[in-house]
Amino acid sequence: MAVEPCHTFEQIAACRVSVLRGGAGEPLLFLHGARGASQWLPFMGLLAENFEVIVPEHPGFGLSETPPWLDSIGDIAYFYLDFLDALKLKNVHLVGNSLGGWIASEIAIRNQHPFRTLTLVAPAGIRVDGVPPADIFLWSREELIRNLFYNQNMAETMLGAPTSDEEQNLQLRNSITTAKLAWQPRLNNPDLKKWLHRVQLPTLIVWGDSDRLIPPAYGPAFQSLIPDSRLEIIPQCGHLPHVERTTEFVSVVTKFIGAVRP
Amino acid sequence: MKFFFFHLMPYAALDLAGAAKFKSVSVLLPNSFYDPIQGHALYNRYLDELEYADQLGFDGVCVNEHHQTPYGLMPTPGVTAGALSQRTRHAKIAVLGRALPLLNNPLTVAEEFAMLDNITGGRLIAGFVRGIGAEYHAWGANPANSHERFHEAHDLILRAWTETGPFAFEGKHYQFNYVNPWPRPYQQPHPPIWIPSQGSRETIEWACDPKRKYVYLQTFSPVAAVAKYMAMYKEEAAKRGYEAAPAQLGWAVPAYVAETDEQAYQEAKPHIENFFNRFLRMPPEMLLPPGYLSYESMKGVMKSKASITGGGRTIDDLLKSGMFLCGSAATVRQQIENHQKQIGFGYLLTMLQFATLPHELTRRNSELFAREVIPGLRHLAEKPGSAEPVEAS
Repeated sequence: MAVEPCHTFEQIAACRVSVLRGGAGEPLLFLHGARGASQWLPFMGLLAENFEVIVPEHPGFGLSETPPWLDSIGDIAYFYLDFLDALKLKNVHLVGNSLGGWIASEIAIRNQHPFRTLTLVAPAGIRVDGVPPADIFLWSREELIRNLFYNQNMAETMLGAPTSDEEQNLQLRNSITTAKLAWQPRLNNPDLKKWLHRVQLPTLIVWGDSDRLIPPAYGPAFQSLIPDSRLEIIPQCGHLPHVERTTEFVSVVTKFIGAVRP
Repeated sequence: MKFFFFHLMPYAALDLAGAAKFKSVSVLLPNSFYDPIQGHALYNRYLDELEYADQLGFDGVCVNEHHQTPYGLMPTPGVTAGALSQRTRHAKIAVLGRALPLLNNPLTVAEEFAMLDNITGGRLIAGFVRGIGAEYHAWGANPANSHERFHEAHDLILRAWTETGPFAFEGKHYQFNYVNPWPRPYQQPHPPIWIPSQGSRETIEWACDPKRKYVYLQTFSPVAAVAKYMAMYKEEAAKRGYEAAPAQLGWAVPAYVAETDEQAYQEAKPHIENFFNRFLRMPPEMLLPPGYLSYESMKGVMKSKASITGGGRTIDDLLKSGMFLCGSAATVRQQIENHQKQIGFGYLLTMLQFATLPHELTRRNSELFAREVIPGLRHLAEKPGSAEPVEAS
């Protein structure tokens, strides 16, 4: 039975952030991608059967405030170190998708002491020569949603669902903050590659084999940079394995974390 | 009233059918579509047209900056302005403008404009813009800090022109130990500053501030929008304790004059439709990248779903909304007089060549406009304005 969340706001680093929390167990901090995390999704409920799942919205995204200090992904990385201190979180399983995977990587090269494991799901953050990521900023909403999924029925469902003005405004804010953080250099920090070897955490890298935003070639690149990492490719899957292949994703992550428990 | 000849210098030789297969002619159209032999001829033809405008008595000629597009071939407008400094004698030369947020070093513009101002003995008008949205895709500049960079670059350029150097500048985006440009501007304290815009309250509030009183230009807009934003400028000026002069307001609009209304309509139709539907065509994601407009402004745009780049517009739509002035000299003169009396602008910047309009038609358009439209309108907005260009002392 999937777990329901509670929604709270936390005041951290002079920024009011929205946080969804649910379940019990070791804490699992999920860092969302460019489209925010204003809703509790099925994969969160399933993970919450084994973990205390914590899903904040990054400063500048969704229902969280945009603080005046927000200029870069590095700022968000330091913000989350404050966040972990404030919530007194230890032994955390850090999971990030896309932009959130980039943030997770930037946190881990700064301070990995609060964490037990790291899971990167189609993360942004590095640039592989000759393999540019897609230009998400030139896609219409429809192109974006179609390109997010391998299974076009999921894209159709999402496109067919009515969007409220409120939801549109949230996505507008999300896109502005994404541009601010990731427009140039596009979706990467040229310095990150130099320091990923510092990540000593057991690391799982998950990629959909049909990712049209950040090509699957980025999977082996990340794996070669993070010492204790392994790569799991999910077949017939796009950029959002946790959404498109929820059961498989939850099982892969749970098994990975289970295997590293002392 | 004062009359300026505004030129975009488009790539008029564009293969329109071939270009139509691409998402936009800006940014994504391969530059194999550009033929340097044609380009050489076009640049020189356009310089001739602007030189002729000076001879015909236009008060100024205008050039501008666009990148990676056949829409306008002046990525470095200072080159064109430099050529015009030697080809023109009387006309002001307005660079409308340099796209400040795209710059890695704004002092290059402080220097370039000061050079032009010195060479022309004070005929330069300095335009500052943010660039259209497509430029942020073409140039890799971040649209989400475009406003910040615009203001910081502007402040730096103004200080470079007006304060004795060397001084240090510590900004968020730009830092210099030594700001001390040679030459200084010829016009004192600095060349007149014009701000072209598609209409924005933030821009207007900033431009009309009593310590700036910059000339506000409304570009390529329906006449209702021209009226709305110019009224807004006057209201905001009044709130700040002064009456905005006509010489603080300008309208940039394409125009075409022929012997009769019918002849003008027939001759202009394919070219003005090419301009709006082919050369300006781009998807909303290219025109308005995230952060280019503020969150609040963008919400308004999403609500109205309005866009100047929708495509499929006819000359009749354009005439009806007043985005294009077209007809016999008497007709166009009457249109301008009506709009001027209603709206109160002191500058009219007519784009008398657009898209594929050929040289001979451009030349005749310029002659008829200069000889038969302008003289009957000179008396309008005669009251000298506080934003009149400052002459060198």
